Amino acid sequence: MATIDYTIPGERDLETVDIHVNVGPQHPATHGVFRMVLTVDGEVVTDVDPVIGYMHRGNEKLPENCDYRQVIGYHDRTDYLAQFNTEHCFVEAVEKLTGIVPTERSQYIRVILAELNRITSHLMFVGAFGTDLGVFGTSFMYAFRDREYVQEFFEEITGERMMYNYFRPGGVAWDVPENFTERCNQVVGQIKRGLEDLHGLLSNNEVVLARCRGLSRVTVDDAINWGLSGPLLRATGLAHDIRKTEPYSIYDRFDFDIPVGTEGDVLDRMMIRLEEMKQSVRIIEQALRDLPQGPTMAEGMKRILRVPEGEIYMRVESPRGEYGVYMVATGTDKPYRHKVRGASFCNLSALRAMSVGHYLADVVIILGSIDIVLCEVDR
Amino acid sequence: MILQIAGNVWADAAVRMLIVSLLVPVGVIMLTWVERKVIGRLQQRLGPMRVGPYGLLQGVADTIKLITKEDVRPNTADRWTFELAVFVIVVPVFMAAVALPFTADIFVRNMALGLFYILAVSGLGIVGFVMAGWGSDNKYALLGGVRAGAQLISYEIPLILAAVAVAMLGQSLNLYTLVALQDDTPFIAYQPLAFIIFAIAGLAELYRQPFDIPVAESEVVGGPSVEYSGIRWSMFQMAEFVSLVLISVLASLIFLGGWIWPFSADNAGWLQALLMAIKTTMFILFFMWMRATLPRLRIDQLMALCWQILLPFAFLQIIINGLVLVYDWPDYTLTILSGAAAIAMGTLVYQTARRTGVLYQAPGIAQRVGSVL
Repeated sequence: MATIDYTIPGERDLETVDIHVNVGPQHPATHGVFRMVLTVDGEVVTDVDPVIGYMHRGNEKLPENCDYRQVIGYHDRTDYLAQFNTEHCFVEAVEKLTGIVPTERSQYIRVILAELNRITSHLMFVGAFGTDLGVFGTSFMYAFRDREYVQEFFEEITGERMMYNYFRPGGVAWDVPENFTERCNQVVGQIKRGLEDLHGLLSNNEVVLARCRGLSRVTVDDAINWGLSGPLLRATGLAHDIRKTEPYSIYDRFDFDIPVGTEGDVLDRMMIRLEEMKQSVRIIEQALRDLPQGPTMAEGMKRILRVPEGEIYMRVESPRGEYGVYMVATGTDKPYRHKVRGASFCNLSALRAMSVGHYLADVVIILGSIDIVLCEVDR
Repeated sequence: MILQIAGNVWADAAVRMLIVSLLVPVGVIMLTWVERKVIGRLQQRLGPMRVGPYGLLQGVADTIKLITKEDVRPNTADRWTFELAVFVIVVPVFMAAVALPFTADIFVRNMALGLFYILAVSGLGIVGFVMAGWGSDNKYALLGGVRAGAQLISYEIPLILAAVAVAMLGQSLNLYTLVALQDDTPFIAYQPLAFIIFAIAGLAELYRQPFDIPVAESEVVGGPSVEYSGIRWSMFQMAEFVSLVLISVLASLIFLGGWIWPFSADNAGWLQALLMAIKTTMFILFFMWMRATLPRLRIDQLMALCWQILLPFAFLQIIINGLVLVYDWPDYTLTILSGAAAIAMGTLVYQTARRTGVLYQAPGIAQRVGSVL
């Protein structure tokens, strides 16, 4: 192919300066207090410098001074869009270290709530992603209409809208209300209907296709090298889902598929999340069918939970990818060391590699497709 | 038919202009309410409900708020460029309103070259956008201003060519003549291609989705208007909404038969106004609908669409018109040819959007950036 000289005659005499555009921490597209310093040459981004840390609250250090049950609240505050998933991870870690076996009923409740939480998180993604794409809030309103049903459902169970603090080592804090199954079926029905609306609005829209298809392609090797996980990794075609590859809790009892992409582009990332919601619905329906009666807390739980000496790395599939807790226990009632592996932190580290050379408008979409939660990034 | 309000011609024009400049802001206040209500409905919410019945007075409350707000000018802004930019944006819109008749009786000035004048004047506002972008000393505003400029040169040519096609058919640039010619068939029947091009380019002119690139909220945070506050900011809004009405009225006049079609030229005044109101509202609702449902294109995709698809097809429409007029073919050949071309264009756009991904590495950038990791 012949090389074309794109320089404009006389351009060498003109002094052109790349400007720095400071996107964030107060910017509608950065989803929180994320900041990126873009170097732009006209519309093209030549460098991205992500700046994080505005939301740092010491969420890994603080639990080292807390009782094991108090730590659960801090996990709600890492990934504030997938609280049940994060709680699930920590609670499972403690259970594995101590050898507590949670009751059957509580395991089912945990899975149902975690999957519903995955749906709310993905709904949030789809809404915000549409806004990044430029839809005037319609995708956001559609997504939030359905998310609200689930939020209300969570509120009925836990008494909280956001920081649920409901899972406990050994089970759940209290049993679910009596009408749990009917309400859950109602909510699932709403989600199914809402998903069709979202598909109609976004996934078959020519403008969305023109914007997203082929944008920021990531290969499997790159994705693994960068430490991507979750929908970003599955978009590249690798069917890696911890619920399947390393089943925790009771996920091996359910029949569900892992949607994978082919291109690794932004469109695949969006479509995978839309499809994952359907798979979550499948899991919830199976779990509701099998939901056993019985106690929701293991027997013989002490008032003060002392975890025997040992260390553990427990990981779960959160909506954003691999959410992990590394914990060292020394036999006291407090963790000696407590480290969180945030999925969106690792995914965000690939932002520069994914977005340099793209247009300014596309960098916003690429950032949106990572689906970051700043509380989880900064912790 | 044409009434004269005051005795002297100039006094008459002055009175009419005064009425326009008083009515337009009121109309804009109502239109913001309509837009918020319509988009609210499309998004399954109520829209404004608190101020007055059904939130009807919301616009009034907003206006009071905007007028009493502090007029902030950034310290480093270029003072006169910054402060004058809003007037450069608003004045051309009112200038265009001067030449635009609503019905046979409701107008300011009947210009022989009305269509030409309106298209020429409505392009002036861009100077204000670039001034605002430059004068604000803000990089978002600068990017927005440059985008506005790039967008204007892209959509303006197909827009004008689509209007030229209509002028060819009517052999006139006078809007009265053009409307009078549509007493049994509106021009949309003869020029479906030109109509589609006009509607798409009109969306771009209004900076509405999918072409709200210069004011993109999630990218450049409002673009040129980002540093403006209070009444100066509301001028941007006013210009946007007046242009919305202008484009809608213009499209109704030159494509949908204005105040005549589907009735006769000697309609009663109220019927003319009603016809125009219905047609204009249709366009306004269409533009609002687009805003509520479509995402945004990228600037290079807009330019590709305008230069590579709309412009050649606009020329094609003109060639079709020329052939039909020169060889004196029957009218229905116009409909057939233009309709076929419109279908071809739609297919092309549809296929392009679905097939291609994007050209997303700008030429020359790979060498400059080098290896990313």
